[in-house]
Amino acid sequence: MSRRHFERDAVITGAGQSEVGRRLNRSALDLTTEAALRAIEDAGLTRDDIDAVTTYPGGYPAVSHGYGGPSPHELQDALRLDLAWYQGSAQIPGQLGAIVAACMAVSTGLARHVLVYRTVTESSVQGQAGRRAVLETGDGVASGMGIWLEPFGSVSAVNWLAPVAQRHFHEFGTTREQLAQIALVERANAAANPDAIFRDPLTLEDYMSARMISSPLCLFDCDIPVDGSTAFVVSHIDTAADAPRPPVHINAVGTRLQGRVSWDQYADLTSMAAAGAAAHLWSRTDLRPADVDVASLYDGFSILTLVWLEALGFCAHGEGGSFIEGGKRISRTGQLPVNTHGGQLSAGRLHGFGHVHEAVQQLWGRADARQVPGAEVAVVANGGGPVAGALLLTAGRR
Amino acid sequence: MGQADGLLHLTHQPGGPGMHDPLVDRTRPVDDPLSDFFWTSGADGRLRFLRCDKCGYFSHPPTARCPRCLAGGMTPAPVAGTGTIYTFTVNYQPWVVGQQPYVIAVIGLDEQPDLRITSNVVGCDVDDVAIGDRVMVTFLHRNERWYPLFERLERSGR
Repeated sequence: MSRRHFERDAVITGAGQSEVGRRLNRSALDLTTEAALRAIEDAGLTRDDIDAVTTYPGGYPAVSHGYGGPSPHELQDALRLDLAWYQGSAQIPGQLGAIVAACMAVSTGLARHVLVYRTVTESSVQGQAGRRAVLETGDGVASGMGIWLEPFGSVSAVNWLAPVAQRHFHEFGTTREQLAQIALVERANAAANPDAIFRDPLTLEDYMSARMISSPLCLFDCDIPVDGSTAFVVSHIDTAADAPRPPVHINAVGTRLQGRVSWDQYADLTSMAAAGAAAHLWSRTDLRPADVDVASLYDGFSILTLVWLEALGFCAHGEGGSFIEGGKRISRTGQLPVNTHGGQLSAGRLHGFGHVHEAVQQLWGRADARQVPGAEVAVVANGGGPVAGALLLTAGRR
Repeated sequence: MGQADGLLHLTHQPGGPGMHDPLVDRTRPVDDPLSDFFWTSGADGRLRFLRCDKCGYFSHPPTARCPRCLAGGMTPAPVAGTGTIYTFTVNYQPWVVGQQPYVIAVIGLDEQPDLRITSNVVGCDVDDVAIGDRVMVTFLHRNERWYPLFERLERSGR
């Protein structure tokens, strides 16, 4: 694999988030322009400086139930941008693939300042009818990867990831009490985040008595649909001197795809595609897991955070349960603070970009009451099952 | 629950036209030249997967070429229909009104270590399914398709 570190030509110069909440009943484009303009202003730029746009998943051709945001075309028109490059795609290394694409655009010289965004309106769209099964199209016909899942009632991501948790429990003796710590620690973090959705304390008793959704995953193992948009400006490093503050550097990307990447065929379902992306990440840097100050690890479901902890080498494969036991180690004052904003379980399902936003805030020292003192290295991971991407971010050049 | 020998023998009617379907709503797979055989295979009671004419490798989901040796000839070939539960979940969330809990399992077929499918385990208490349980295919005829579902042959030693 290539040794050229194209990602080190790129820096994050601005971050912005729209209003985030449940059932906002605002359009995806409205939320997106709000986040985009905030990110552009945060970078000390104007819309005239933006010469590329990337997003995940882009305009979504199928019924998306609020999963897809506006296409780059819609945003280009709404802000009257002049773009040398644009891309909206879901067939990339997870949501972070949109950020990797932005790095490529600046490294190749196609663009100087790339606006990257991810928008969801799942709360408003799904709110009236309750949480929807993501593969449900309403016509009773399954297609694509869905034909091997949906005809058997495996219609939601929870049905694809609950078997991962079940297998982890079986092989390694992981328990619900251990897994609960992801939800409990995140809720404790959310108490220090005024923008989080659920901030009331959550106890182990609450967790253990919660209703099962798809065993062994209960209600508190599942993230909370919200409406919101998150945007960043990824700039060429040569522009860093003009930025209003020292930018966040992209030290390494993890984008590898190997093995039987599907929700049920991966040889070791307890590691999934995350293992390849994590190994790729560490192959592109001299930094090591012990150097990481904060970790933003995807938690569409609690089990994914545990899988990422193992994949990224914070503990050995199979030891995730004991690593998080009691919660202290992954708390804000612990050895490895995880999802300091409350994650998607308590701060809402911004679908991975909330994790990037928090990592950037921590590295800029802007995380207020939840700031991890002296945070200089952050790892971000997105995805589950066949989807995986990872980024290593640093406060200065490393 | 289990008997002294660790086996739980089938006491219900085997699958077939009259089999009770645990799913209120069972989606129909879209027509596809590569996978249509899979959904009609059960008409004669046999489960089939595409198998490489050259090296004998079973490929699932179906591929037009063998992903192992890249040879072009792939032919539906019957398997015994027996396998082991690799992992599973009991779905409790009623995605469809009136839906009762049901088992979704990832089953490894006996013929090949990486020959695996997602299906339902039917005909036993949803709370009594475990990884390692031995299962056998049965077919549910619905939507003009034969859905391969699985019934338990043996409980794992637990």
